[in-house]
Amino acid sequence: MEEGMKVKKEIMDSSGMDRAITRIAHEILEKNKGTDDLVLIGIRTRGVPLANRLAGKIKKIEDVEVKTGILDITLYRDDLSTVSQQPIVHRTEIPFDISNKKVVLVDDVLFTGRTVRAALDALIDLGRPRQIQLAIMVDRGHRELPIRADFVGKNLPTSLSEVVSVNLKEIDGEDSILLLEKE
Amino acid sequence: MTLTKKDFLGLYDTDAEEIEEILNTARAMKDILTRSVKKVPTLRGKTVINLFYEPSTRTKFSFNLAAKRLSADVMSISKSTSSITKGESLLDTAKTMEVMGSDVVVVRHSSPGAAKFLAENISAAVLNAGDGAHSHPTQALLDMYTIREKLGRLAGLKVLIVGDIAHSRVARSNIWGLKKMGAEVSVVGPLTLIPTEIEKMGVKVYSNLDKALEGADVVNILRIQMERQESGLFPSIREYRELYGMNKERLKKAGKDLLVMHPGPMNRGIEIESSVADSSQSVITEQVKNGVAIRMALLYLLAGREIKNEDID
Repeated sequence: MEEGMKVKKEIMDSSGMDRAITRIAHEILEKNKGTDDLVLIGIRTRGVPLANRLAGKIKKIEDVEVKTGILDITLYRDDLSTVSQQPIVHRTEIPFDISNKKVVLVDDVLFTGRTVRAALDALIDLGRPRQIQLAIMVDRGHRELPIRADFVGKNLPTSLSEVVSVNLKEIDGEDSILLLEKE
Repeated sequence: MTLTKKDFLGLYDTDAEEIEEILNTARAMKDILTRSVKKVPTLRGKTVINLFYEPSTRTKFSFNLAAKRLSADVMSISKSTSSITKGESLLDTAKTMEVMGSDVVVVRHSSPGAAKFLAENISAAVLNAGDGAHSHPTQALLDMYTIREKLGRLAGLKVLIVGDIAHSRVARSNIWGLKKMGAEVSVVGPLTLIPTEIEKMGVKVYSNLDKALEGADVVNILRIQMERQESGLFPSIREYRELYGMNKERLKKAGKDLLVMHPGPMNRGIEIESSVADSSQSVITEQVKNGVAIRMALLYLLAGREIKNEDID
């Protein structure tokens, strides 16, 4: 948990998250009328296991393996000249051509929209997808750019002093979505 | 954690964790070089100045390209085509560049300590691209990157450096870096060209190349600096080739797993035979490619920093 923060409320537990991910998987299939040309790309860090889980659900529903990739947006951030230390750059791992694909970008929290803006620029430097859609676990509002999600696990109105923490087994050891506030 | 110093002067001044971070960042940068759009917007609006007081093909070109791949504005100044020929000092030249708004100054100079001197006197980040016989950290980093990419690790590997160790900034930087990353380093060459204090750096000294090659994982062959021929420290070219030249027979005896490196430019037929330089065990062209990725990593790690005047001593 982030330092100096305490839990105000549990928004979703493990089974709630699993149901939300199952629903999003169904919605993705419905909107795209199946899995043709569909790929899932998770934004580092927590979008990556979420994309893999969505791929797992789709496999269960349709018995089709949808390709997944990992996007690191660090080099495309718009705040690099204001941070005091350079954030660590990780690799983007998308081992297939995204041109003419229907790309579903996956991330844990949608907040200002700046991460998604960076992700869109990063993706377009890799090829020319036919479509880019956005799947998000929690939409907490406070957008600073004209960006919206196509698939949302939970809409959660928040105040700016609060923090939404999406915990995932693969990274954090447990599944939960917590609303935190300053102590 | 990330590089915290304003400047990047040498591997003597860098710890293992920082080296690790530079190498990992370079891995992500190398991916960019293989895509069809070989450019990222990361350093948009930043300015990089290449200040080269010594001739250089690959280092200068590599820094130029690295800055451009990151979308920085980059200008290069060479000794022969600038006011340096009118006698302007290093510091005055650098200060002139700085007031025109440069964020990173890349400097290559024949005097050891030139980069450090600049770093202490200007507020822009200074990146050492080679200072005399002292240090050439980006070459050592790209060498280490290439070794790690090919052999999967650095710790525990046996690396042999062949040639004129005394006058080589490449050798010194490789020794500092490789030792910090846990490799075993040995050197071999005419004893007149091996500094007496080199063993204090923790390296093994050989005078016989064939003996030194036994068990080595990597051989890094230094360029014979022809300009040192008159110094009297040097055997004849023919003698050097016989005793210290890497040839087909030696390569065959060393085995198929030996990685062959050379920082360039090569004197083919002297320190390295063409058949060795162009063999499948040679990673010399790979080194050049990796150099761009290493320099992108360093420019990223240095240039993004907010530069404050308090950073100056």
